[in-house]
Amino acid sequence: MEHLLEIRNLSIELPQGKRQPPVKLVEGVDLDIDKKQNFGIVGESGCGKSITCSSIMGLLSYPLTLGKGSSIRFQQENGNEVEITSLPSSELRKIRGKEISMIFQEPMTALDPTSTIVAQIEETLRFHTSLTKAEMHDAALAMLKKVNIPRPDQILLDYPHHLSGGMLQRVMIAIALINNPRLLIADEPTTALDVTIQAQILDLMNELRESFDTSVIMITHDLGVIAETCEKVAVFYAGQVVEQASVEEIFHATAHPYTAGLLKSVTSLGGAEKKLYTIQGTVPTAGHFGSGCRFADRCDHCTSRCREAAPALTEIAPGHLCRCWLHAPEKEAAQ
Amino acid sequence: MLRGDFGESIRTSAPILPEILSRFKVTAELTILAAIISWIIAIPLGVLAAVKRNSWVDRFVRVFALLGVSVPGFALSILLILVLSLCFHYFSPLGYVGFFEDPIRNLEIMILPAFILGISISGSVMRMTRSSVLEVLRQDFIKTVRAKGASERVAIFKHALRNALIPIITLIGMQIGSLLGGAVIVEQIFSLPGLGQMTLTGINQRDYPVVQGCVLFIAFIYVLVNLLTDLLYAYIDPRISYD
Repeated sequence: MEHLLEIRNLSIELPQGKRQPPVKLVEGVDLDIDKKQNFGIVGESGCGKSITCSSIMGLLSYPLTLGKGSSIRFQQENGNEVEITSLPSSELRKIRGKEISMIFQEPMTALDPTSTIVAQIEETLRFHTSLTKAEMHDAALAMLKKVNIPRPDQILLDYPHHLSGGMLQRVMIAIALINNPRLLIADEPTTALDVTIQAQILDLMNELRESFDTSVIMITHDLGVIAETCEKVAVFYAGQVVEQASVEEIFHATAHPYTAGLLKSVTSLGGAEKKLYTIQGTVPTAGHFGSGCRFADRCDHCTSRCREAAPALTEIAPGHLCRCWLHAPEKEAAQ
Repeated sequence: MLRGDFGESIRTSAPILPEILSRFKVTAELTILAAIISWIIAIPLGVLAAVKRNSWVDRFVRVFALLGVSVPGFALSILLILVLSLCFHYFSPLGYVGFFEDPIRNLEIMILPAFILGISISGSVMRMTRSSVLEVLRQDFIKTVRAKGASERVAIFKHALRNALIPIITLIGMQIGSLLGGAVIVEQIFSLPGLGQMTLTGINQRDYPVVQGCVLFIAFIYVLVNLLTDLLYAYIDPRISYD
C-alpha cells in the first residue's frame, strides 16, 4: 500500500428501525491520504465530513453504523496494514491516540472538566507507553512548551475551566501530538476561536506538522484555512465527495458548480460594498436525495439530465476528480 | 428550648435529648446500611443501563426503578417477611441489640429493614445515575478520552461517572437526610427503637415535648446532611469552590 490511509466506498448509515432501510449520511467516499500530506476536507455543516473522520478512528457515535463494503485501510508505523473497520476494539485502542489522533472543534468541551491538564496529558502517555510518573510529567511539560504555552509548569496543574479557548486548543494539540502520531485529524480546530487566535493555532499546527512529520486531515468549512494549510482538498456535499484536487486546482481551475459557489461566497476585506454571494436553497435532507444530482436544485447550470441521473465522480484532469455532468466525457449529450 | 435543653417527657418525665440521641444511633445505622445497599445495587446497574441503552439490562433497570419508586416500603416489608418465613422458615430476630454489644446479632436484625429501605431508595438513584451518565457520555470530552486510546472502563468509570456524580450526590443527600429523620413504617414493622418510632409514639401519646424535640432534631439533621452534600460538590467538581 503506497498511501498512509486508504478509504474505499465508505458509507455511514443511520438505522431507522427494523421496517425501514437506513438513511445513508455518507455514501461512496474514496480518499487517499499520503505520508506527510496535508489533506483538506471542506463542506458545509451536516455534509458528513466530521462523521467520515470519526469513522477513521472507529469512533462513530451511537447509533451510526458503517455501511456494507466500507473499507478504511491504515498503514501502521511497523509497516503493517490494518483494516480499521474490522479491527477488534483492543487493537483499535492501540492505534487511537498513538498512531492516529484527533483534535476537536470545541476546545472548551473537549477536555474533562474534573481532571487537571497534567492528568489529561499523562493519560495519553499511560495508555501507550511504559514511562514512569516523573518521565510522563517531564514529557507533558516539554510538550506544553512546544505548543507555546506560557508558564507551562503552572498550567499543568490547572483545570480546563481556568484556561481560555485558544489555550485549551493548544493543550488539545499537545495531547494529540505527544505520542508522535502518523496521522492527525483536525476537526474544525479553529471554528470556535477568535480570528487572531485562529491564525496562531494554524501557524502552530503548520510548524508542528513539519517537526513531527505527521499527515494531517484538516476538516473545515473555511476555504481560507484550506488555502493556508493544505496540499490536497476534497469537497463534500450531501454525504458525497463532489470534487477532489490539489489546492491550486480547486482555487484556480474550479470544476464543480458547488465549489465555485463556495469560493464566490468567501468574504474579502476589499469588496465590502457588494452583497455577499450565497448559494440558493438548502441542502436536501439525507434520505430524500432522489435519483438525480444532489446539487441539482441549487445549481445555476442544472439541466434535465441532472434531475434524471446522478453523475459519477470522474477524473477530468490528472488528479482532479469532479462529480458533475458539465465535466462528464459525454458533455455534449448533457446540453 | 433555646438553651439547647429539649425538656422532659410529659409521660415518663425522662429528659428528651439523651433519648433522641440513643435512638438516633439506631436510625443512623439503619440509614448507613440502607444507603450502602442502595449504592451497591443502583450505581453499577444505572451505569450499565446507560452504557448498554435499550438492551435487556436497560429495560430491567427501568422496570426495577419504577417498581422501587412506586412500591411502598410497608408492602415490601410485609411481603419479604412472609416469603422468608413461609418459604425459608427464616424469622428476623426481634429485640434490638446495639452494634457494639453484639455486632453479628445486630447486623442480623438490621439487614432486612436496611435491605428494604435500600431497595426502595435505589430505584430513584438508579434512574438518576442512568440519565446522568447518559448525558455525560454524549459530551465531547468522552470522545476525546476514547480518541486517546482509553478503554471503555476508563472512559466510563474514571471520566463519565465522576462528571455524572453531582446530580446523583444531590439525590442521595436528600434521601439520607429524610431516612435519618426516621423510617417510621419500617421501624414500626421490624420494631426497631429508632427515631421514627419515638416520634410516632410521641404523637400517639400526645407527648408534645417529645414530638417537638424529635421534629426539631430531624429538621436539624436534614439541613446538616444537605450542607455536607453541598460541601461535597466542591470536592467532586473543581469548577465549584466556596471561597
